[in-house]
Order: sequence, then structure tokens, then C-alpha cells
Amino acid sequence: MESLDHLRDEILRLIRQAASLDALEQARVAILGRKGRITELMKGLGALDPAARRERGQALNRLKDEVEEAIGHATRRLEDAALRARLAEERVDVSLPVRAESDGRVHALTQTIDEIVAIFGEMGFNVAEGPDIEDDFHNFAALNIPPEHPARQEQDTFYLPEQKDGSRKVLRTHTSPVQVRTMLAVKPPIRIIVPGRIFRSDHDATHSPMFHQVEGLVIDQSTHMGHLKGCLIEFCRAFFDIGDLPVRFRPSYFPFTEPSAEVDIGCSRAGGGLTIGAGGDWLEILGSGMVHPKVLANCGIDPARYQGFAFGMGIERIAMLKYGIPDLRTIYDNDLRWLRHYGFLPLDVPSVTGGLGR
Amino acid sequence: MKTTLAWLKTHLDTAAALGEIVETLVMRGLEVDGIEDRGCALAPFIVARVVSAEPHPNADKLRLCLVDTGSEMVQVVCGAPNARTGMLGVFAPPGTVIPKTGMVLKRSTIRGQASNGMLVSAAELDLAEDHEGIIELPQGLPLGQPFAAAMGLDDPVLDIKVTPNRGDCLGVRGIARDLAASGLGKLKPLDMSPVPGRFACPIAVHLAGPDDKACPLFIGRVVRNLSNRPSPRWLQDRLAAIGLRPISALVDITNFITFDLNRPLHVFDADKIASDLVVRGARPGESLAALNGRTYALDAEMTVIADDSAVLSLGGVIGGESTGCTEATRAVYIEAALFDPVRTAATGRKLQIQSDARYRFERGLDPEFTRPGIEIATQLILELCGGEASAVAVSGAVPQWRRSYRFRPARTLSLGGLELAAPEQRRILAALGCTLSEPAAEELVVEPPSWRGDMEGEADLVEEVLRIHGYDRIAPLALPREAGLPKPALSPAQRRRGLVRRTLAARGLVEAVTFSFMPRPLAEFFGAAPKSLAIVNPISADLDQMRPSILPNLLRTAQRNADRGEANGALFELGPQYRDDTPEGQDLVAAGLRVGRTGPKRWDDLGRAVDALLAKADALAALAAAGAAPESLQLAGEVPEWYHPGRAATLRLGTKVLGYFGELHPGVLKEMDVEGPAVGFEIFVDHVPLPRGRRGRPPLKLSAFQPVERDFAFIVDAALPAESLLRAARGVDRKLVADIRLFDVYTGPGIEAGRKSLAITVVLQPEEATLTDAALEAFSQRLIAVVEKATGGSLRR
Repeated sequence: MESLDHLRDEILRLIRQAASLDALEQARVAILGRKGRITELMKGLGALDPAARRERGQALNRLKDEVEEAIGHATRRLEDAALRARLAEERVDVSLPVRAESDGRVHALTQTIDEIVAIFGEMGFNVAEGPDIEDDFHNFAALNIPPEHPARQEQDTFYLPEQKDGSRKVLRTHTSPVQVRTMLAVKPPIRIIVPGRIFRSDHDATHSPMFHQVEGLVIDQSTHMGHLKGCLIEFCRAFFDIGDLPVRFRPSYFPFTEPSAEVDIGCSRAGGGLTIGAGGDWLEILGSGMVHPKVLANCGIDPARYQGFAFGMGIERIAMLKYGIPDLRTIYDNDLRWLRHYGFLPLDVPSVTGGLGR
Repeated sequence: MKTTLAWLKTHLDTAAALGEIVETLVMRGLEVDGIEDRGCALAPFIVARVVSAEPHPNADKLRLCLVDTGSEMVQVVCGAPNARTGMLGVFAPPGTVIPKTGMVLKRSTIRGQASNGMLVSAAELDLAEDHEGIIELPQGLPLGQPFAAAMGLDDPVLDIKVTPNRGDCLGVRGIARDLAASGLGKLKPLDMSPVPGRFACPIAVHLAGPDDKACPLFIGRVVRNLSNRPSPRWLQDRLAAIGLRPISALVDITNFITFDLNRPLHVFDADKIASDLVVRGARPGESLAALNGRTYALDAEMTVIADDSAVLSLGGVIGGESTGCTEATRAVYIEAALFDPVRTAATGRKLQIQSDARYRFERGLDPEFTRPGIEIATQLILELCGGEASAVAVSGAVPQWRRSYRFRPARTLSLGGLELAAPEQRRILAALGCTLSEPAAEELVVEPPSWRGDMEGEADLVEEVLRIHGYDRIAPLALPREAGLPKPALSPAQRRRGLVRRTLAARGLVEAVTFSFMPRPLAEFFGAAPKSLAIVNPISADLDQMRPSILPNLLRTAQRNADRGEANGALFELGPQYRDDTPEGQDLVAAGLRVGRTGPKRWDDLGRAVDALLAKADALAALAAAGAAPESLQLAGEVPEWYHPGRAATLRLGTKVLGYFGELHPGVLKEMDVEGPAVGFEIFVDHVPLPRGRRGRPPLKLSAFQPVERDFAFIVDAALPAESLLRAARGVDRKLVADIRLFDVYTGPGIEAGRKSLAITVVLQPEEATLTDAALEAFSQRLIAVVEKATGGSLRR
């Protein structure tokens, strides 16, 4: 019987020499196809006697396995070569600038309000609201500011036209009227903060006719000045993200609180700049105090049973301090360059758990 | 309120240093706004002698001075006419900063002569306004010493912010009293001994209104045979230090007593008073030519002091020119009175007169100090101007000021948070001048002193105890937390506003914050400018109307940015707009604006002009964030007049208007000088209904069967809204149709004029079995029939 060795050598050479996947496929058909060399030999097995057939069959099967493996190797080799050749051709200029995605921003004041809400929310406050256009009762009288009070002259109030009954609506000069509205509407215990727009007839480098304030109010049977201090110290340190921020309480005067306190935070003015933190100097940031018994009474709350504290703070001011905004007037300029520079990414939602330092 | 340290120490016996005094003032509620340490800036300026002053060889108006600075002899070229041999002057060596100009003094050569320093004028040191030559110091001062110290000018000036309730601290003595109560020294005694009258007061006073409270007490006396002259140095220096211009002894004395003892006085030239005086309301037509050179028309609500001939003075506010004291004054009538704070304030406000007297009267004065005030003034007048004093004439009486309050020392802890023993609390109140009695255990009755009209009620007394003991000694306590986690701080309505805001920002719009007001003509363009929302006292004509819409503010903002080179602005604001002046008349609106193009051109995207559908996408995103699903909304063609009538729409939920979007009206843009194109939207965020009932989501059912897509094109009238075709198609089989996408809108060759082709992909999602060809065919026929019927169109074949 003819030896297969010669055939094997020939076939393997054929496979080895295939220079492309097409050539290899042709070779495969010539070897293993329906009329392939090995197929033809297989067909011839039937004519042999059983012993010879077995022996020949096994030899052919071995050869077939070997050839298939060789084809497999060759295929991978040629595919690799083809891929390498393709990659050598394919190029994208990855230095091209990419498509501009959204560059929208959330305003620095919004972000600041969200931060304030996150902190006080953690302390059990919820957010209350009230109208920008107020009446005399809510903005002044209920807050223990009678018409002739000097404090009323110092708040430069915007007035709307006189009405038939002689009264005049005002643009609220502080967020405190919402204290009044809340106390008239709900029973203690109360813990609210009120961020919102306020209006004062003043316009210069450090005053804007409209700005934002956040009011706070706590009313229950036992909250005292110690709690006021604790609450506001905690707020200041969390908001400015400075764990050892010095906070100082000074006696002051507001018609709607008694005792009253102004609150300063530590800062340094070394080198002409302003840095928040322990630095030997002080910066006033908010007013506060225990709610005046007359205010409680004006709002239908018995001052003999209930007490608590209130505070008010300018949002622009603390935002400017925290984010290094140098000039109040630029806030209302709405220059797109400013808005993008000081604004925040929309997905950057502040939370106490995520940290409030930015 | 200003004082100097030395002035303060005339009332307070203390060893405390400036720093400690300032710290104490601040922590007692007397905020120190500034400390002007004049000695510091003036330190390089020293006392020097002009040894010789010769004419400059090369200049007529200059002099060559040889100056002895105490340590050396230097040559100085000086232009002052008063430089002369032997005088003592103030010398500035080279390198000194001149306060007036901020310039550093250099060695120089002037017309060929060396000048090694400068002899300075008061103006150059910012000590005076005039420039009449160099400073001439009194003989005998030590050469080489800082001149400020030698002249007492190094006394630091404190500027103290006195809160409106603390009228008692509008005098230096009041501040000293508070410091003494704080344990920072002892209050020195004040000589208030009466000056005996040599003759009866020749001028009587009748109190006649305008009401009983207007002027309850009026004390007067005459000093005659005096001579009014410049005040002595100490008085001039003291007034100058706090920024008052010395005028003449009589005027300076009243100013001094105002600031020293918080007792405003007025001096009339007694020879110019025609008769007895009456205190009354002004009569119609009366006016006063006041000491400030202006004439004021008066009304019946104003308290005046008048003689038979005319109004002489406006009580508690300002004196009159006709009876003003001059150098020629030989007799004065001194007035020490009490005027009603409310009326004084109203008068001052109405006439726009800010005076030191008004400032004090409106904050309330110590009623018991009226008489001592006039006695001290008399002493000073006699001392500085000579003369003889009449007896004091008192009209009216000291009004009742005594009142007392129950005070439980335990409240200092329960309200003030400070644990402080009752005896210390009693000590503090007594040190502040309160009279105490203790009728029951744990309870005091406290009568505030006459100068503390502001002290009122127990809470105020707690404040006084805390204030003097120190707020810094109140231990901070955390607010008690709720058991467990706090409830959400935001209501669902508040929370979704945040989502709307951040959604719009995520779509590329930049958040702006603009004023709630705008110019009235602009408001008229955007709906309405009702009178009731006009601001009576606007800060400028530009900001005189509450905004009926946010868009005009955004338009103006966008145009300002365009002027700066940012032509493609995308802005939004989430804020209030106003329909009327009631609390319900304020709407929260998310308004947005895109102008110019979608973006600057770039290599793979040339961008395109903004269009109404971009604004629609913004509006729908905002509404979706607010909880209104886009498929639940209806479009209506009626839009407010600031939108393009054919390129805008109203978004409604049933009959409720949720907002508008579209291209802005070209007329509005033209009127506002805004370069177009501009598209915008306004969404009434709070009008979107909040979800009711159970939260969470319905269960998700996922079909196991393959979805099938089929495309259809219809030829319809060109004016047909695409939405009506889509709605019809959607309605064919709501269970089977999972999605419908409009993928082509075509007009042009192949489509007759006035028609258009709309092509849609319909996604069918069977739920029970794979769609058979027959079922699919049946659906297609049904869809074609329904759409053709609803739109009047036909399938494009």
C-alpha cells in the first residue's frame, strides 16, 4: 500500500505555503473538500479487506486530524497577519477636539442654598416659604417694629402704591415675615429655615436692591441661648467645612429678639486677602437671638409657655466668603463667563453625607 | 459715636489698655467699628527748631532753613510764608510718607540747594483743610520728639456702633458707665452742682403742644455779660478728634455736652429773643431759616420754639439762624428740654434733617439728666466765656419713667442658657443702675435706671445679665435631635423645583439670577404692568415695576452677553413672577432662553440657528422633571403676545396651562434691541399636579416575544400638525403599539404643493404570541384606515 508520508509532507507544505486566507481555503478544499485528496483516499477504503481497511483508516484519520490542526494554526496566523495589516492602515486623529456636551451650570446662590438646606435639614429643620410682597403686619408690626421705630427707618423699604384703606404693601425687607406666617399657621414645636429673596432700597458696591437671606426659627418649650450657639456654631463649621472655625457671639439689638446676638466667624486679613478660619480677626456674618416675647404673642403663641431662637443671614455674603467671589455687584451681572466660573455642575448636588467643601 | 481713649478716661478710672477696652466694648454689644490710631501715622513727624531762615539765593518765594531736629542740623528748602528763625515746627525726614498725598518724601535739590526733609503743614498731615503755611508749635517742646505725642494728638479715636436701643451710649459717659458695670474700672464722679442764679430768668416758657407728650419738660436760663470767643485748645482738640469743627465757645460747649454726656442743648442769643417763649405746634405757613443755612416749611405736627415774632427753633432737631450765637453774642438763653422721640423722628424725617440732637432725641434721653445737663453747661459757659447766670426756669416736669419688672434669676439659665448664681446676677443689675427688691424667693423686682428707657421685661433683663457676664461664657449645646433620622427638609413641591433646575442646567442652560423688578415699559410688553405692582420709591427708573415675566430680564441679560461677545447664550432662571400684590399673585416660573445658534461652529458640527423645537425640548424636560409626562400634555396654538404667533404653543394639562414655549416675537426683540433669533419657554412649575396616593411604580411586565417594526408614510395637508397623525396612530391599538417615531418630514419633488409626507416607524410589541403575518397585515390596514380618516391624508405608495 502506498505510504502516506509523502502525501503528508506535500499537504503540510501546501498549507504552510498558503499566503492568504483565500489560498488557505483553496488548499483546504483541495485536501478535505468533497473531491479532496484525503476525501478521495477515504472513499477508497471500502475496497480494502477489513484488516487493511482498519489500519489504513486509522492512518488516514490521524493524517486528517493533523491536517485540520495545521489548517487551524495557519488560519489563526493568517487572521492575525490580516488584522495587523488592517490596524496598520486604520487611523483616527484622536487629537481632534470632541463634541461639546452641555456646559450648563447651577448658580452659586442656588448651590449655597442647597448646602444650607442640607445642613439644617440634618438638624431637623424644614424649609418654609412666603411671598415677596408683604403687608405691614407681617414685615414690621408683628415683629415688634412699630411705625416710628428707628429700625424701620434703617431698613430702606421699597413700597407699592397706597391702597384704598391707606395701607401700603412692601417688598419684604427680610425673610422674617415667614416666621410670623409659620407661627400663625402651625403649633410648636417649630423648626424652619426660610431661604428667599429680600429687597432693600440700597444700591452701591456692597449693597444690591435685591438679595437673598435665610431665616431660621426654632420654637418649643426649652430651647435657649446655649442651643442657639450650638446650632449656629455647628452650621458655620459645616458650611465652611472648617472643623475648628472660631465662632463668636456678641450682644446686639434687633426689635424681634431678646436677648439678641450678632455672630462673627474667625478670619485672617493678612496680606490684604481674606481667609476664613482661625486667624485672629473677626467677620460678622449673621444676626440672631431669642424670639421676643411680644413677637410670640403677636403670632398667637403663649410666651409664658414657649420660647426659641431665630436668626437671619445674607446668602450672598456667605457664598462670597466660601467661594471667593470678590464683588457683590458681579452676582447680578449674569455675565456668562462669571456664571460658568462660579457656577456648579448640575449633578453636583450637595449633601452632608457627601461633604460640603467645594 | 466717636470718642478718644483719653476722653473716655475722663469718665472712667481704669488701668485697662486700649486692646482690653475695645474687646470689652465689643463683647458688651458696643461694636467698635474702627480704631484710628493717629499717633501711628504721625510717628515719624518730629518737633524741630528753625535755627535760621534765609532767603533762597535762586528763588524769591523760597527760603533756606537750617533745622535742628534734636539729633542733627539739616538744610531744608521751604516755601511757606511763615517759616522764620526761632520757630518750632514739625519736621519730616526723608523716607517719610506724607499722609495727605501718600508720597514718600525724598532728598532733593531745589534750585541748586539741597533739601533734606520737609517742614510740614497741617493740611499735609490731614489735620486741617487749610494750607496757610507750616505748623507752628508752642515753644518749650522737646526737639526730636514725635510731635503728635507732644501735642496730645496720639490719642486713639474709637468709632463705636451704638445699636438703636442704646441711646444712653450716645455720650462718652454712657459708654464709661457700661464699661464700669463690666468691671473695667470705676466711673468717676460728675460735678453736677447747681450754679446759683444771680437774677431771675427774664424769659418765661409756655408749653402749648402740639400735645402733652411733645415737650413735657423745658428748662431754661440766661447767662449775660459773657463774651463768646474761640474755645480753649483742649475743647477744640476734643471736638476735632471726633470730626466736629470747632466754631465758638458757646457752640462748642453744646456740642461737647451732647457728645460727652448725651445731653443735647440749644443756645439762643438772648438779645435776639423778642419775648417770652412758647413751645407749640407750627402754624400753617410758618417756616424756619435754620442754622444749616436752609429754610424749612413747617406743619402742625412739628414742635417749634417761638417768640411773639417768629419761630426760633425746631424742638430737638435744629436751631434757627435768627437767634444763632455769634462772636458778638453777649447773652445766651440755654435750653435743656425733653422732646417726644416719635415726633422728633417724624419731623426730622419729613424735613430730611440729620442732626446730632435729633439722633439722640429719637432714641430717648435720660429724663432725669435734663437739669444736671443745663447746670454743667452753665458751669462751662461761665468758665470759658465769663458772665453771670440767671436762676433756672423750669416749665413742665420730668415725666414718669419709673417702671419695674418681675425677674426670675432662674430664667438666665432657662432662657439664656447661662448658669450664674443669683447674687452675681443681682450685682450686675445693680451695677447697671437698676434698683432691686426681692419680694419673694427666686424672684426679684427690678426697676431700670432713668437712662435705660430701652430695658423692658424679663427677657431684656436676662439679656443684660448675659451681656455683662459675657455671651462667650454661655456653653454651646447641640439642638436636641429627633429620635432617629430627620424628616425631609423639603416638601415634594420644593424638591421637584430642584430637579427642574438641575435638569435645565444639565441640558446646557446656565442658571441666572435676575432682579424681581424691571422697567415698566418692558413689563407692559410682557403681559401687564398694573399700578398695584409699581414700586413707589424705585432705586432707579430702570427697576420700577415688579416683573410679570422673567423672560425680559433674560433677554436683556442675553443681549448684554452678546455685546460682550457671547452671541450664543442659553440661560434660565427659576424664580418668582408677579400677577398681583397678594400672596397668591406670585408664581414660581422656570423660564429659559436660547439665542443665536446652538453653538459655535466646529469641525464636525456647524450648529444651527436656535428654533422653537429646541425650546420645546427644554420645556418638556422641565415639565417631565416636575412630574408631567410629555404624552399627557396638549398643545394649544394660543400664546401670549410676546411669542411668535405661528412658532410657539401653550402647553396644557386638561384645561390647566402649564407653560409656553416658542420663538419670541420679532417685534419684542426689536423693541428690546435684541439680535435674534431667540427662543424661550416659561413653565409654571407649581401648576403641575403633585402625584397623589401610593408612591412607587407599577409592576414591570416584560414581553417574551420579539417586537416588530413597520414603517408607513402618509401624504397629508402641509398645515396638519404632526401630533394629530401621531395621536391617531397611537390610538389604533394601545396594547400592541409600544412606540411610534416620526422619522421623516418631506416636501418637494414627488409631493404636490400644499401637501407633505410624514413617515413613521411603528413598534409593535405582542404580549401573548408572536405576531403572525396575517395579524400584522390586519394591523397595518387598520392603522392606514384610521390615520387616513383622522388626518384626511393618504398612504404614500
